[in-house]
Amino acid sequence: MKKLSKSARGSFINYGIVLVFFLIFQIMLSMGKLSSSFSGQLIPICTYVIMALSLNLVVGISGELSLGHAGFMSVGAFSGVIAAACMQNSVEASWIRLILAIVIGAAFAAVAGAVIGVPVLRLRGDYLAIVTLAFGEIIKNVLNCLYIGVDSHGLHISMKDANALGMEADGITIINGPMGALGIKKISTFASAVILILIVLFIIQNLVNSRSGRAIKSIRDNRIAAEACGINVMKYKMMAFVVSAAMAGAAGALYALNYSTVVPKKFDFNTSILILVFVVLGGIGNLRGSMIAAAVLTVLPEMLRQFQDYRMLVYAIVLILVMILTNNRKAKDMLGRMKAGIFGKIDHRRQTNE
Amino acid sequence: MNNQEKTARPVLEVSHLGIDFGGLTAVDDFNMKIGATEIAGLIGPNGAGKTTVFNLLTKVYQPVRGRILLDGKDIGNMNTIQVNRAGIARTFQNIRLFEKLSVGDNVKIGLHNSIQYGMWSGIFRLPKYWSEEKRIHEKTLELLSIFDMQDLADVTASSLPYGAQRRLEIVRALATEPKLLLLDEPAAGMNPSETAELMENIRKIRDQFQIAVLLIEHDMSLVMGICENIAVLNFGKIIAQGNPAQIQNNPQVIEAYLGKKKEGKP
Repeated sequence: MKKLSKSARGSFINYGIVLVFFLIFQIMLSMGKLSSSFSGQLIPICTYVIMALSLNLVVGISGELSLGHAGFMSVGAFSGVIAAACMQNSVEASWIRLILAIVIGAAFAAVAGAVIGVPVLRLRGDYLAIVTLAFGEIIKNVLNCLYIGVDSHGLHISMKDANALGMEADGITIINGPMGALGIKKISTFASAVILILIVLFIIQNLVNSRSGRAIKSIRDNRIAAEACGINVMKYKMMAFVVSAAMAGAAGALYALNYSTVVPKKFDFNTSILILVFVVLGGIGNLRGSMIAAAVLTVLPEMLRQFQDYRMLVYAIVLILVMILTNNRKAKDMLGRMKAGIFGKIDHRRQTNE
Repeated sequence: MNNQEKTARPVLEVSHLGIDFGGLTAVDDFNMKIGATEIAGLIGPNGAGKTTVFNLLTKVYQPVRGRILLDGKDIGNMNTIQVNRAGIARTFQNIRLFEKLSVGDNVKIGLHNSIQYGMWSGIFRLPKYWSEEKRIHEKTLELLSIFDMQDLADVTASSLPYGAQRRLEIVRALATEPKLLLLDEPAAGMNPSETAELMENIRKIRDQFQIAVLLIEHDMSLVMGICENIAVLNFGKIIAQGNPAQIQNNPQVIEAYLGKKKEGKP
């Protein structure tokens, strides 16, 4: 048997974690053990896991601090909603509609990523962070005054108000400015969300462990040396940025199609920071960590509902503890020893059994 | 190969190269010819502009004056990336490795432009990915074996000892298949026996890959030992050029290094 490389083994463990997570909650769901508030959280959890994974590609693998990731999510969300609404009558099966909406959401977000990436990726460090933040806000504000409707003649777009769309009597307003997208048909499912996580994981892990991924990491580690080795720095920064934006768009479409209404304000600076928190707490460049952080930190506020007033306090304490534990050498060593102790015992037991 | 043949078709021909930083002329009227398989040296006191010459050749800085011909082709309009593809590879005075990557991956970055598959083959693991990855992995081990480092391929680059990091930088530069290899103080921080070994290896690399080498070095035993052609730089200008024997006896060089004798004193 061919021996798996360390990175390949890590990749398979990640797929396994996602599948186990899916099976556990799917079984609990079918047995009716989940509260309705919790089962409603499943798709948002998956969405945030994808957001954290995709942001990790930019922040962890490519090494650029991006603070406008929610902007790409909103581009995907709204283009996905429009696509789903347009196909309402022409495409029967809801799962085909969902796939097409996600693909279209990803495509639009990728285009937005490419357009924003060209000027932004020429900057470095703090400047890049500030400009991505600004672009995230620009996207939000543009969507805030966007009106889109559909009737028998096709799409109508206006930046003024809903009446300016000039639709026929049978027209439906899909996006109504600051009110956001209304009357969305919920077509996202838990299974489709998990499949999307697996696809995103597959793309990121394979990309990272290929020629292109090596180039992206080399630019992060030492840009000047990468240039001296003939690596096209702009090309590979763009690759990471656009792929990441596309994934955020796909997550956005999935997220929006889980609700009946979505407002542009949802995808503001706070959301971008929230996703960055998942990435930082999970470990920059650590895909498994950011998945777990995204899942736990999305559920936590919900789980702490019974503490009412204190839940934000507890949330903050958990954040601080995680930061201390992941960055403290002594704490890390202790965790390492505990791990070695547990696995050592298992190995020992195996050997004695044989 | 005799000396005449070596210089008959120069791989690098630099004429009147110069750059100013503000009012300061860092390098001025720099001329040099390097034969296709020649080992050349660039020496001079600290701050003479040696590394600046390297940065001009690799287009980290754009020269304001002069012309650079690589294999007869003008590389004046190229950027750093294109210059590397045209055939100049370099190492750095302050080591610049991809620290978080493995030793093997560092070399594979050097091989990047010779790998024949794109992003999609990489993501979907098409047959091209497997065959190319296998080929470059073998190539990587082969290149690392120049310095007996093939067993270190999976080690993180930053955890290598200092000397090995310098050697890895040379391997990475070689992986880009250069015609001219620029080494910026390759022996810095090495002890005499390591330096002697490095000297042998530089010669070995030249013979094996049939490339030209230009090195900056302060260790005179190394420079005088392997360089066939030496240029001495002081305050951005070439003050002497020739073979080691000529340089050692040049009064201007001695003055640049040791200072001028005061008049009236013996």
